[in-house]
Order: sequence, then C-alpha cells, then structure tokens
Amino acid sequence: MAADTDKTELLTVSSGGQAMPYEWSIGLYGSRFFQEIKEHKRFLGIRCPKCGLVRVPPRRICGPCFQKLEELVPLSDTGTITAFSIVSYPFIDPDTGVQRPIPYTYGYIRMDGADNIFSHLINETDVEKIKVGMKVRAVFKAPEEMCGNIQDIRYFEIIR
Amino acid sequence: MARRVAIVGTGQTYHKSHRLDVNGREMINEAVTRALEDCELTIADIDAIVIGNMDHFEAINYVDTWSVEGSGGYMKPIMKITTGGTTGASVAIAAHYHVACGLFDRVLAIGWEKNSESDTTAAIITCSDPIWDRFSYSGAIPSLATEASAYMEQYGATQEDAAHVAVRDRTHALNNPYAQMYGRPVSVEDVMASSMLAYPIKLLDVCPRTDGACAVVFAAEGVAEKLASKPAWVHANSVRHAATWFGDVDYDSGMLSLQRASAEAYDKAGIRSPADDFDVAELYLPYSYAGLKWIEVLGFCGPGEGPRFVRDGHTDMTGKIPVNPSGGVISTNCIGATALLRVAEAAVQIMGKGDKRQVPEVKKALATGFGGCWWSDVVILGSERPD
Ligand SMILES: [Zn+2]
Repeated sequence: MAADTDKTELLTVSSGGQAMPYEWSIGLYGSRFFQEIKEHKRFLGIRCPKCGLVRVPPRRICGPCFQKLEELVPLSDTGTITAFSIVSYPFIDPDTGVQRPIPYTYGYIRMDGADNIFSHLINETDVEKIKVGMKVRAVFKAPEEMCGNIQDIRYFEIIR
Repeated sequence: MARRVAIVGTGQTYHKSHRLDVNGREMINEAVTRALEDCELTIADIDAIVIGNMDHFEAINYVDTWSVEGSGGYMKPIMKITTGGTTGASVAIAAHYHVACGLFDRVLAIGWEKNSESDTTAAIITCSDPIWDRFSYSGAIPSLATEASAYMEQYGATQEDAAHVAVRDRTHALNNPYAQMYGRPVSVEDVMASSMLAYPIKLLDVCPRTDGACAVVFAAEGVAEKLASKPAWVHANSVRHAATWFGDVDYDSGMLSLQRASAEAYDKAGIRSPADDFDVAELYLPYSYAGLKWIEVLGFCGPGEGPRFVRDGHTDMTGKIPVNPSGGVISTNCIGATALLRVAEAAVQIMGKGDKRQVPEVKKALATGFGGCWWSDVVILGSERPD
C-alpha cells in the first residue's frame, strides 16, 4: 500500500514546554564585578597591559593579545549609547520558556572609561526619543534584592 | 603540499517554510540524492561525509549518527561540524581539507536545517553568553539592527538604501525555483511598508525561516576532471573568528573577521580588484543592510559607497558583479545549509548549470558565510585548475 499526502494528515510531535536548568560559573573577576555593583553601584573593567584597552565585564584573558589580565579598573555607572534596537516582535526566552515582554530596547553602551561596549536594556522604547550618542546611567536593583547576576542592573536610563 | 580540490556536484531541496512531509533525515536525503545525480556517482563512491546544522535548533545532538540513513553515512567516516551561521561554509571547507590532505578522494558535504521545528529566535539566543549577553539578547535581528543603526549614523545611509538590497535579492529569487521566496516579487514600497521588527529592520529586510538541505561533492585532482566537464576548483578558503561577546566587536570599523578572511583569501587566489576580478558573488547577507556595509568590507566599493553601488545596479544580474543570483539568504534561510548554499550556488555558476539564474561565462566566484558573533568564512571558486 502507498502513502500519499492527500490521504494522510501530516503530524508533528511536541517536546512539551519543559526547560532544562543549568548552573554556569561566572569566575572570579565576573563575581567581583557583581560584588562591586552591590557594594559600590559602579562598574568594574579590566585593563590589558599589552594593548592598553579597558574592557567590561572584566575577564582573565585579552582575546586579541592572548594576554593574562590583572589590573581591575573601577568605572562609574554612566556611559554613552553606541547602538540600539527596539525589539517589537514576540519570541520565547530560552532561559524561562516564556515569551519575553516586548517592546524593549536593546542597547550597546560604552561605559565611561571603557573601550568596548556593554550590552543591556535601555528604558526608552520611543524611537523619536532615543539616539546614538546619548548619555545613559545604570539603574540598579535595591542591594537586598540583588542576586549576583546581570539583572542586578535593571536597565539604563537616558540622562536628559 | 595540499592537493587541488574541486566541487563536482551539488544538490538542494526545494526550500519551504514547513516540510511536514519529511523528517530531517529524509529531507537531507533529497539533497544528497540530487548531488550524487549531478556528478553521476552512487553513495558507494563517497569516501567520507562532513555534515552540519545549528546547535539547539532541532535539539538533536548527535546528528552525524542520527542522520546516517539520509546522508548515506552507513559504515563511513562522518564528522559533524557546527559553527552557527557559518556552519555550511565550515562544512564545505572541512570537506575540502579532507580531500586536500590526500586521505580521501570524494567527500560529501551536507548542511541542513528544519527551522520549523523550534522557535528560531529562542534557539539563536542560546548561542549568546549565558552570564552576560543572554538576558538582553533577542536573537539575530536586534544584533544586526545595532550594526545597521551604527552604519546609518556613520554614513547617512537610509532605510530605502537597504530596501534596494532586499528587492535585488528577492528579484533574483524569481529566477530560482529552489528559493523559498520563488514567485513572490517585492518592491521598495513593499519593504518600506512591511512591519517594523526591530528598528531599523523591517520584515522584508530579513531572511525567512526555512526547512531545507544542501549537499556538495568535493573531489581530488585527477578524479574531479572525470566527474565534471567543468569542475568548480577551490582557489582559496579562509576562516576568521573575532569576539566572545557582542560588546567586544567594533561596529564602526567594518567587520573585522570578513576583512581579514577576505584579505587572506584574495591574496591566495590572486584577487586584486574584487568587483572586477569576480564574475559573481554569493554572499551570506542575512539582512538587507549587510548588502550595503559588507560589500564595502569585501572591497567591492569604498567605505560608505555601498548604497550608491547597489542603486547604480552594479550588483544586479547585468551589473559588473552580480550578487546572489540565487536570491540569497533573504530568499531562503535553512541556517545550517545557508552558507553551503552560497558555496553550492557559486559552484553552479562556475559549472554553468544555473539555468535562468546563470550569469554568463563565470570564471571566478566568491562565496561567504556569516556567524552570529561576527565571524566569517570566505570561499573562492574558479573554472581554472589552480597552479
Ligand atoms: Zn590586549
């Protein structure tokens, strides 16, 4: 007997909605970054002795130089928007398994004193009110609510 | 000394948004069968297989084994390679390595994806760093949108400039019956009126989600000439990776990985003036703005000149360097196959098998692959056996 698409309903099988939890190591310098946020409400970068660049978040190795890094550099809580995008389409957040609230603004921020970019949220979703080059400030959770992760920074707000 | 290697056969599926009539293995088999037919080989003639797709898209981890009945890999050496967006080009380059090193004469490269089986954006988000980037990251579109907004700021490019790229690729797709967007023309007005996904990217500026597969047969010198009347010789490959984090990428200085990869490949293949030396290019342009900026990075024109270059028609089918006669990524995006399709389509052009999408007398062709955190693969094919 033959199967044909006219007489057969094409089926799919669903995995269900379950998530599989992971536990990722942040490492010493990254852990120190979140401690600095909690205690001093400021960012922490790290300087490469070879290329001289200060990057945030702090990491143990400069990728381009393949150089061990040790000089942690305290930064402030302010920076400049270098690029942004207003996300307005629905999608599932793979970490939670549920749809992430939209619209939200995904921002690339050059922290004052840093040479690279930090990516996070900006609390402005009106395209008329946000521009590359604007100054922004980090808004943190209350210290007692902080969990030692990226969401200890709630978002950046535009300094007007 | 590496052996010379050529592509002797290519095959692909008719790409669709949903292929519910086949599972992944069966879909792979369609492409493999067509590639073997193209060079009149049977699976028994294949010495090894390299296969790839996206991590997490179908949640099948051991694709090498899982796909064995579709790929023809039963009791053969198989290697799985997955490098995100560049997977297809990496599969091609690895197949080239297999043959060039002298250990295998005929190697099958396979790329595939069943985008319909998961939430593409969620799957792509899992490619970002889980501690720092994943919380704010929302998949390919906003990360590309940030590049676009920086490019527009730097050179004054407009949304209309980008729309011309989307229209070019979708117009070319009208000549390619395999393309998902075959038979669906769009205008600049259509692109501009399509819904805003993430400023400044609109629905018709980006690639669709596709179920599809591609397969390519690589053969060694001495073998290739017997299998194809016009083999597509590999003149150069290059791979470059850049940053762990999106924030470490310098968006103002062009795309470093593509700059470096193309510079190395051009040097190997003796390319001095890309827009003049190449007869055709199949570029991994996942969104319209890449068709402005990345052709500058590839040296088709100077910095900031992309919009003019495209509007002047230089990348049209009759232009000095036709880009994406297949319709490109904006017309078909089965991600693990996408960069292999670029290589396969470049080979099709060299072999003169492009039918309605054929550019006349192609001697040198450029193919590229792009991966999420701004890494790049470059492949150069030619009609002449390299020295
Ligand atoms: Zn360094």
